[in-house]
Order: sequence, then structure tokens, then C-alpha cells
Amino acid sequence: MSSNSQKKGFGATIWDYLTTVDHKKIAILYLISGGFFFLVGGVEAMLIRIQLMKAGNDFLSAGTYNEVLTMHGTTMIFLAAMPILLAFMNAVSPLQIGARDVAFPFLNSLGFWLFFFGGVFLNLSWFLGGAPDAGWTNYASLALASEGHGIDFYSLGLTISGFGTLIAGINFLVTIINMRAPGMTYMRMPLFTWTTFVASALILLAFPPLTVGIFFMVFDRLFGANFFDVTMGGNTIIWEHFFWIFGHPEVYILVLPAFGIFSEIFAIFSRKRLFGYTALVFATILIGFYGFMVWAHHMFTVGLGPTANAVFALATMIIAVPTGIKIFNWLLTIWGGSISFTVPMIYAVAFIPSFVAGGVTGVMQAIAPLDYQLHDSYFIVAHFHYVIVGGVVLAILAGTHLYWPKMFGTMLSEKLGKWTFWFFFIGFHLTFFIQHFLGLMGMPRRVYTFGADQGWDLFNAISSVGALFMAIGVIILLVNVVMTVAKNERVGNDPWGDGRTLEWAIPSPPPFYNFAQTPLVRGLDPYWIEKMEGNKEGMVYAEPLGDIHMPNGSFIPFVISLGMFIASFGAMYFMDDKAWALPVLIGGLAITFGSMLVRSLKDDLGFHVTKEELIADNERIQREARALEGGKKGGLK
Amino acid sequence: MDLNKRYTPQTWPDHPETATLEGKNKFVGFWLLLAAETVTFASLFATYLALKDKGPSGMEFSAAGLFELPLVFAMTMILLTSSLTSVYAIYHMKNHNFKAMQAWLGITVLLGLAFLGLEIYEFNHYVHLGFGYTNSAFSSAFYTLVGTHGAHVVFGLSWFIALMIRNAKRGLNMYNAPKFYLAALYWHFIDVVWVFIFTVVYLMGVIG
Amino acid sequence: MAHDTHDIHRSRAEFEFIKKKRAAEMRGQLTSFAMMIFLTLIAFTLVAADFSTYLIVPIILLLAAIQVVLQLYHFMHMSNKGHGMMAFFMFSGMFVAFMTIIAMVTIVWW
Repeated sequence: MSSNSQKKGFGATIWDYLTTVDHKKIAILYLISGGFFFLVGGVEAMLIRIQLMKAGNDFLSAGTYNEVLTMHGTTMIFLAAMPILLAFMNAVSPLQIGARDVAFPFLNSLGFWLFFFGGVFLNLSWFLGGAPDAGWTNYASLALASEGHGIDFYSLGLTISGFGTLIAGINFLVTIINMRAPGMTYMRMPLFTWTTFVASALILLAFPPLTVGIFFMVFDRLFGANFFDVTMGGNTIIWEHFFWIFGHPEVYILVLPAFGIFSEIFAIFSRKRLFGYTALVFATILIGFYGFMVWAHHMFTVGLGPTANAVFALATMIIAVPTGIKIFNWLLTIWGGSISFTVPMIYAVAFIPSFVAGGVTGVMQAIAPLDYQLHDSYFIVAHFHYVIVGGVVLAILAGTHLYWPKMFGTMLSEKLGKWTFWFFFIGFHLTFFIQHFLGLMGMPRRVYTFGADQGWDLFNAISSVGALFMAIGVIILLVNVVMTVAKNERVGNDPWGDGRTLEWAIPSPPPFYNFAQTPLVRGLDPYWIEKMEGNKEGMVYAEPLGDIHMPNGSFIPFVISLGMFIASFGAMYFMDDKAWALPVLIGGLAITFGSMLVRSLKDDLGFHVTKEELIADNERIQREARALEGGKKGGLK
Repeated sequence: MDLNKRYTPQTWPDHPETATLEGKNKFVGFWLLLAAETVTFASLFATYLALKDKGPSGMEFSAAGLFELPLVFAMTMILLTSSLTSVYAIYHMKNHNFKAMQAWLGITVLLGLAFLGLEIYEFNHYVHLGFGYTNSAFSSAFYTLVGTHGAHVVFGLSWFIALMIRNAKRGLNMYNAPKFYLAALYWHFIDVVWVFIFTVVYLMGVIG
Repeated sequence: MAHDTHDIHRSRAEFEFIKKKRAAEMRGQLTSFAMMIFLTLIAFTLVAADFSTYLIVPIILLLAAIQVVLQLYHFMHMSNKGHGMMAFFMFSGMFVAFMTIIAMVTIVWW
């Protein structure tokens, strides 16, 4: 209900966000916390580059370097990239399919708070005796030997946030399966929704192995189990398998939504229907499918045997085919289009060569004998940064510009956006391109320093300068955000002017019920169709105006997550013979399960927005739109 | 959705579990969760198979020497039967016969408790033999696989009991019918996992 | 929207028909249950009778698979209308499960 009121006190706003089940507000929460962790991970990256700036540097000690490196990877993957993508999924994909909300608003909120508390827990390790230091892959043979509680922060934190991600995945799957507007068939879904769908399916099937693996790690380290302890009959390779059975699909969980964002951008700013929509959809599904059959290419040097290596090498090369299909479809979408080089479009165009470079080095590593040479060298570091930064981070930056008006109702500055782009783009290639050669010259990854006689000085120095460029780009982006928020120039439904899908047919930001009337979808790019047919309203409706049922907000998700957060401390200090550990563990779990029970015993049927309220709200929206139009005309004079 | 709306068997829909959008969402979401659970248990089975009979040198325990079939047979029969009784409960749910449904759920819960009791007895027995959780990689993998199944049984039973108590006065309506249906579905899934446990862990364990 | 379900009013005859249909379905469930018990008995008997391992293992795995199909398709109604998407995800899950298990029993120790 709360979203109706316009002006609220600070405390009321905070409470509103703590209890919200509205997917648009949860998207904002994801964006803010994901953005925060992105900055944390960025600072860690800068520390790494400062340390490697020159030979024999002693800026960080070897131990601290391991911690920084581990936390950089873990934070960027689990706490920055995924949540920010989940922010866009939350903000946009329910709107794209014409839904009033997601399938499980309560669980949506629970998913966010679990992620949030997991991330906070993981980062508290810095202040409570040291961060994890076994790399983001946390290989068991290293992790079991690690002293202190760093690894426990890793495994417990990721367990909590992993549950959150799994919940988010199920939520999107059900939303897309069940809640599409009339006429929105699967083959009319916008590509971002399709990639959300496939990425969620990957989350659904890839997170359980990670959870199981991490559970083993927790039990081995804290409760005396022997899954990975070789002297007790265990096997450390089991961890590697579970990690990569999860880890490889994880790459696609990240990159598919990125592909989705770019697909939207190419179509919007080329003012053309996506070329080869069907092929793009099937390529997306195929990538998701193959994603589960290639994990052992991360383990070629483990010694799985020639048969296993050959099978996985072949499967890995095959996966380049659907990716290639996508690249060509995007190029052909641009070709002959009426292109406008807005900030999102610049990112999209820059993405193609960057990502292709990362893909090509990926195929190189698929050749198992060559991988024996490249393994654990800076070539690998360069490769996955080309894929993750060149693909995912560019998409995140592009998506931030593209969807900012839809999420906040105001546009980021194009001018500053271009500055960000150039700094970031140049810095990115400066940092990582040269690392290919460092790898070929023999520099191993994850070393805290190198000698002056090894001939790696210059290239490392160049790489560090590139990182500085990226940092400047991100700082400009922050300035841009602050200035945009301060100026707060409101925009209308379709600020880019060429929106094609349903989210651009409703106000920015949309009312909390999204669509006063459920739209009727008459084809691919429904809003574009209506625009072309001169429909002033931008939508045809599938139902008459009537009461809308909406869910109540709830504080319970926060409490459930808090309980798990508390329980994790109990579990972690259990082995230290701390008297308070067991009560804290039990108490935390009691909070979690107690609040779950409260949730299930209470009748919570939500509330109705009446027809009269909708009409009144619609009048307000119309009034604001007219004021905006008037303002624009005034500005032009 | 009106909670106070009273249904009779004649006005009760054919598929009450999917008659509302909430019900449909829960239904699909729950099946997806089961797909994820399939992978979870597969991971546990895979680990168990990799670590079966593996331990420190000189470990005295092996699957062939440890497991006893009569107990497992009894547990299997009990759990299979409870799967059938929950089918009866849902049968009566669809006929809008609340009392009969509660009765069959009650039987299901009793059978589940019996299963759980036997499992606790079994674990206790092994621990007394010296086959503790930290004994070896084999013991860790065994207890984690079978114990996770046991935890699912506990959760399923709690779910049934909570639903029965909560709705004892309320009777069947569109709000809780999907919940009863899904709890039964969960119970069947637990049975599916058990089929593999008795086959892969116990039967294949005994023959070595 | 779909929150308000359509009111159904069945005539006496319709109701009796549906009830009979459900009762017939329930008899089918009983048959599947009997089969499950039977399959379980065979599996346990095979092991108790101490046949060759190479004979028993594939047979009891097959019996388990049949039982699971019975559970999924009869008790859990996976064959019913509107279960297409669910079946797809269950089979995807089984595919990942299969890959995981194959990996662990074959290549872990090499």
C-alpha cells in the first residue's frame, strides 16, 4: 500500500524497504548492495594491482595478498555481478511479460535478504581474524590447511547467499512460466526475459552441487567429517568436481543475462527487430544445456585421464557454436539499422570485440594439451577477465544506463556516461590484454610478487595503469549517479524514444501494481507494434479495469535471514570450544524456523487496490505526464 | 480469494491445487524445487559412491559387514505404505472430504514416525559399534546421505503436522488445498529418494 | 484476475460420475502400490539369495528405476495435463544428476 504515498520520512522509507515485497524495490535493493560490493571488490582489485605494480613490492604481505585475491574473486562473482544482474531481472523481466508482480513476492524479498546477510557475513571476515585465503575456487587441499576462520566465513557466507540465489531462480522461473500476459507466448518473450529464464534454470540446477560441496567443507572443517581428508579416505577431487559442476554453469548464469541486456540494446538503438530472434532463443537454450557438460575443462591438469579430457575438450569447443550464432545475429541486427550511439549502445558495440577475444582464448584453452601450458598462468587471468569484464561488467554498466530511467524515473548523464565508458574501456584492455603475454611469458597467477630479473616489470606496470583508468571510470559513474539524483529531472514512459517492449509502455518508475490493466500482447516487441499502429495509449488491454490483488509487505524475510546470519556465528565458533557457540547456533536456527512457522500459520491474503484508487492514481500519472510534456516544450523554447 | 467461502463436494473444483494463481505458482515452484532436490541428492549419492568403504588404513568397517537387511526391509515397507496412505489423503482432499483426509494424513504421520524411529535406532546401533560420523570418509558420506534423507522426513512430518493442526478448525479451502497437495508431493519425493537409498546404499552395499 | 476461481456447480449426476472416476483412479493407484511392493520384494530376495553381483546390480537398479517411474507418474501425476514444463525440469535435473554421478564413480579416482 505504502508505495501510493509520495512524501515519507526517512525512517518510514527505510522500514518500507526492509519490508517490501515489490519486485521493483527489491531490484533497487539488489542494485545498491550489489553496487556496494562491486566497489569493495574494485578496491580489492586496486590493492592487487598496486602490489604487482613493480617487482619485489612489499605493499601487501604474502598472506594478505592471498586474502585480497580470494575476496576479490568471491565478492565480484557472488556479491557484485550476480546481484546486479538480479537487480535488472527483478526490475525488468516481470514488466516485459506484462505481470503485476513476481510469482512469490515474499520469497523474492527472502532471497534478497539471504544474499545480503551472506555477503555481509563473508565480508565481516576482514574484521574477525582474517579473510578466506584459498582462492575463490577454495580447493579443498588448500582450504582444509588454512588456519583461522577465513574459510569458514567463505563457506557459511556462500551457503546463506546461495540459498537466496536459488530462491530467486525458482521465483523467476515460475513467474515466467505462469504469469505471462495474454498473448505473450514463449516465442514472443523479449530476449532479456528469455535469458533470465535460462539463467534461472541454470541457477536451479547448478546451485545444489555447490551447496552440497560447501556443506561438506563446513562439516570437514567444523564438525570433523572426512570428505576431503585423504588420510581418512577422503578425496579432494570431489570438491573440485562439485565446484566446477556449479562453476561452469555459473559463468553462463552471469553471461546469459548480459547477452539479454545487449540484445535489448541492439534492437532498441538500431531501431530494428532483433535479427534471428528464433536462433538467438535456441542458442540461449543450447548454451544453457551445454553449460552442464563442460565443467571438467577446468580440471584438465588434475589428471582425469585422456578419455575424460578428450570428451570435455570436444564439448567445450562445441559450446562456441551457439555463442557464435549470437554474435552474428547481433551484428546483423546492427547492420542496416538506424543507429543512435547512446551510452548503452556504445557499450554494446564495444562488447562484441571484447567478448569475442575472451571467447577465442577460451577455445584455445579447450585444447587440453595447450591447456597444460596455459594452466594457472596469467593467460587464464586475462581470459576470464575478458569474458567477465568484457561481457558481464560492460553489460552491467550498459544496463545501468539503459534501465536507470525505468528504475528511478530520471536519466543518467550521457556526457559523463561517455567519459566513464572511454576510461573504463581503455583501462580494461590496457589491464588485461597485456596479461595474455605475461601468461605466455610464464608468470603464474595468484603469486604475490615477482623478481626484477624475470622481465615482467614493464607489462605489470602497464597493467596497473590500466586498472587506474578503470577506477577513474567507475568514479565518474558515481559522480554521474550523484548528480543525476540531485538534479532529479523526471522522464516519461519511454525516455529512449525507441523502446520496443512492454516495460517502456508504462510510467518510469512504474506504479507499484505495474499495469492497471493487464496488456494484450499481439506479437514480438508489443510496444513497438502499438506505436507503429499509431496507438496513442501504447497498449491494448486484455481485461477491463477492476480491483487488483496485491501482497502485503512483510518483515519476516529479514528476520529469517538474520536468524541464519546469527546461527552461522554459532556454527563457526563451535569448534573453538566457546561456551556461547552452541546456544547461538540453536538460537539463530530457532529464529529462522520460528519465523518460518509464523509465516505459515498466519493467514496473509494480501489486499486489494480498488478500481477507484486505480482511476485516481491514473489521473495523477496523466497529470504528471502532461506537466512533463509542458516542461519539455518550455525547455525547447 | 475469500477464506470464508464454504465449499461442498459439488462446488469443489477438480484440481483445487491449481485452481488459483497462487496455487498454480506454488505447484510449479514446488516441482522446480524437487528438480533442484534431485540434483542435491544426486550429489550426495555421487559422493557416497566415490567414498564407499574408503577410510584410514586398517578401517574395520565396510558396507558389506555393517548393514543388516531385515531392518532396512521393514523401513522400506513402512515408507512405501506411507506413500500410499498420503495418496489416499489426497484422494479424499479431491472429494472434499476433510475428515477422511485428516485421518489418512494422521496414518501417514504415524508411519513416518515409525520410519524415523527405526532410522534413529539404526544410527544409534552403528555409533555403538564404533562407526561414528568422524570415523572415516565412508562414515561421513553414509551419514550425510542417509541423514539428509532423514532430515527431509523430519521436515515432511513437521509440515504435515503443522498443516493438520492449523487447518483442523478451518477445513478445506482454496488457500490450503495446494499446501496439502504439495506436502503429499514432497512425501512421495522422499519415497523416491529412499528407493535409491535402499537399492544403492543397502542392497548394493550388502553384496559388496 | 485468476485469484477468483470460477464457481463450479455440478449436478448430482456429474458429481457421481466424477466420484466414480476418482474411485477408479484410486484403484489404479492401489495397483501401482502393489507393483512397488512386489518390485521391492524381488530386489531384496535377489540380494538375499546371493546371486552373482554382476547379475544383481543391474537388475536391482532397473527395478529401482521402474519404482521411481511409478511414483512420479502415478503417485505424483507427472503424466497429467499441464505437467509438461515440470517434466522438462525434472528430466533436466535427472540429466545433471546422471552426469554428476557418472563423473564421481568413474573419473574421481583416476
